[in-house]
Amino acid sequence: MAGSGTAHLRGDGDSLLRVEHLLVEFPVGRSGLKVNAVTDVSFDILEGETLGIVGESGCGKSTTGRAVMQLPPPKGGRVVYDGVELTSLKGEDLRAMRPRLQMIFQDPISSLNPRRKVKDIVREGLDIWNIGDKDSRDAKVLEVLEAVGIDPANVERRPHEFSGGQCQRISIARAVVTDPKLIICDEPVSALDVSVQAQILNLLEDMKARYGLTLVFIAHDLAVVKNVSDRVMVMYLGKVCEVAGPDTLYSQPAHPYSAALLAAIPVPDPGTRPDAQQVLGGEIPSPMEPPSGCRFRTRCPRAQPQCGQEEPELREVAPGQYVACHFPLEPGEALTFGGPPSVSI
Amino acid sequence: MTQPASAPTVSTAGPSEPLLQVEDLRTHFETPRGIVRAVDGVSFTLARGKTLGVVGESGSGKTVLSRSIMGLLPKRGTIREGSVRFDGTEITELSPKEMRDFWGARMSMIFQDPMTSLNPVMKIGKQITESIRQHLDVDKKYANELGENLLRSVRIPEPEQRLKEYPHQLSGGMRQRVCIAVALACGPALLFADEPTTALDVTVQAQVLDLMATQQRERFMAIVLITHDLGVVAGRADEIAVMYAGRIVEKAPTSVLFSDMKMPYTEALLSSIPKIEHPSHTRLNTIPGRPPNLVTPPQGCKFAPRCTYVQPRCLEEDPPLMPGTQPGHEYRCWFPVGTPEGAEALARNRADQAVTGGAA
Repeated sequence: MAGSGTAHLRGDGDSLLRVEHLLVEFPVGRSGLKVNAVTDVSFDILEGETLGIVGESGCGKSTTGRAVMQLPPPKGGRVVYDGVELTSLKGEDLRAMRPRLQMIFQDPISSLNPRRKVKDIVREGLDIWNIGDKDSRDAKVLEVLEAVGIDPANVERRPHEFSGGQCQRISIARAVVTDPKLIICDEPVSALDVSVQAQILNLLEDMKARYGLTLVFIAHDLAVVKNVSDRVMVMYLGKVCEVAGPDTLYSQPAHPYSAALLAAIPVPDPGTRPDAQQVLGGEIPSPMEPPSGCRFRTRCPRAQPQCGQEEPELREVAPGQYVACHFPLEPGEALTFGGPPSVSI
Repeated sequence: MTQPASAPTVSTAGPSEPLLQVEDLRTHFETPRGIVRAVDGVSFTLARGKTLGVVGESGSGKTVLSRSIMGLLPKRGTIREGSVRFDGTEITELSPKEMRDFWGARMSMIFQDPMTSLNPVMKIGKQITESIRQHLDVDKKYANELGENLLRSVRIPEPEQRLKEYPHQLSGGMRQRVCIAVALACGPALLFADEPTTALDVTVQAQVLDLMATQQRERFMAIVLITHDLGVVAGRADEIAVMYAGRIVEKAPTSVLFSDMKMPYTEALLSSIPKIEHPSHTRLNTIPGRPPNLVTPPQGCKFAPRCTYVQPRCLEEDPPLMPGTQPGHEYRCWFPVGTPEGAEALARNRADQAVTGGAA
């Protein structure tokens, strides 16, 4: 699994963001080794769509989001946003693109400057880019803060006076104030309680409708990703495993890794007793020395010798469902565990 | 392949007495803003070998409850009242010195973040054998063997090698296994697991929860599993206590809680979780507002300001814990979910909302 390929990309013209063969590597000290964080990942997003990216920690989902923002610029591949190739831009040209792409981070409290007032935090983007005059900026700040549900009476306060959920609302206001088309949300609800999580997920849907946004939604919680996404990409160790519509992916996963992730979700229903057999064993291998061929093969219950020699390419197995696996699950087939050694490090 | 690696727990209580009996436990903190009622009158019992799930939002007092039972809170600025009987002993009166015979040996704890709960400059082996050497009368060699068996029983590969390593050399899931091994070293009768899998990935979470269940069966150990995720406790706990504003607002055997929940808060909590079986873009139910301020909690029901069933009576009278129709079920609500009174209250509020909404 975890393969390359571009079969899942759609027409060149209609996508707002198109990422081809993205490559991100980090050197490890002076050892000459490198962390293969993201290797040959391609995807595209249509305008108004939400792409969900899921995977375990270390699968490269956050790095992918940051590489799209050119933070830092990727080692290889192309990122085309709204007709402009970001990967070819430098310095002031790249900076001029920044207000059009925004980001929301996991920890809402540490991503806001504790020493500034909320209205100044939200206003900063407008000030930097000299958008409108003073009065229209003030009006805009109040409008977006009102849209995210922050009482205008509290805009003189500082972040520590707000709860985690409210700080995440302020982060969302800060992101939409410069009228971006694309927002990359990196685990925006992972640090929040379930009740607040529901509020923020609903708010993101509202903001998407109100400001015509396109979202990249990165998270490790599969249920959360399903709730917001129009298309979901499953990643493992820097590679794409499967790309599909959420309803297809969750009811009929084709990649063994997608199936294993779904099987591991705890279900809030005491009738469903967790079955110890249905758990994916082992841990994610080191990204410094990823396995040959399919990167998932060391943990895959369906691995065959071919998986070690040949890297699978993404191919369409059902309409709109693309999978990088030599032996994908057939429709109706369930993943059976217990093949390979359960622990391999 | 798992071997019992520790001495059996000696019980001083009769077999009929529950392992843990908490009665009207109150834990208040003195702060410059006033007295924070973090735990405000919690009672429950837990039998040997059983699991109690404690569920609630941040700030509901679930972590303070576990630390208060174990006596881990600083004495200064903390007011602790009520009774905690563990294995036949009243432990609220004991000094920290006396508690050392309990900590690690007979009750232990696993924390949320496995990195910060292990000592980064001490080898894994030392961290595991420390409590064995403290509580069990064994020599160093035997303690090391026990440590190796423990690591094997929590399914850490190459245990003899791992004993000589430091926490940073292990992954998050492996570190949490080490924490479990440390907690189990002396064969405690009671284990507190405070959000043990919140920092872990979903596949690793399933591995760690399965491991805890296996160890529980082998050792006949009671577990208090604290979490904000109802999905985690649903399949694992025998009984669930839902906490809100420092109190238990509903407590029931797991199957009863899910099939016959009475407390609007439990219902709201469960319905705010995105469900895998729902189509994408399903609008989520939310709980409006925030948990109450624990310095000056509202009069009446603490959940009333956020409740969809709220009636004038809820704002004035604090509901006591009332027994449900099924054994072991208790809840605090005047207008419970699934009863005629509850349905009537909800219908009245919906009608009022439609009127005010239409006027505005």
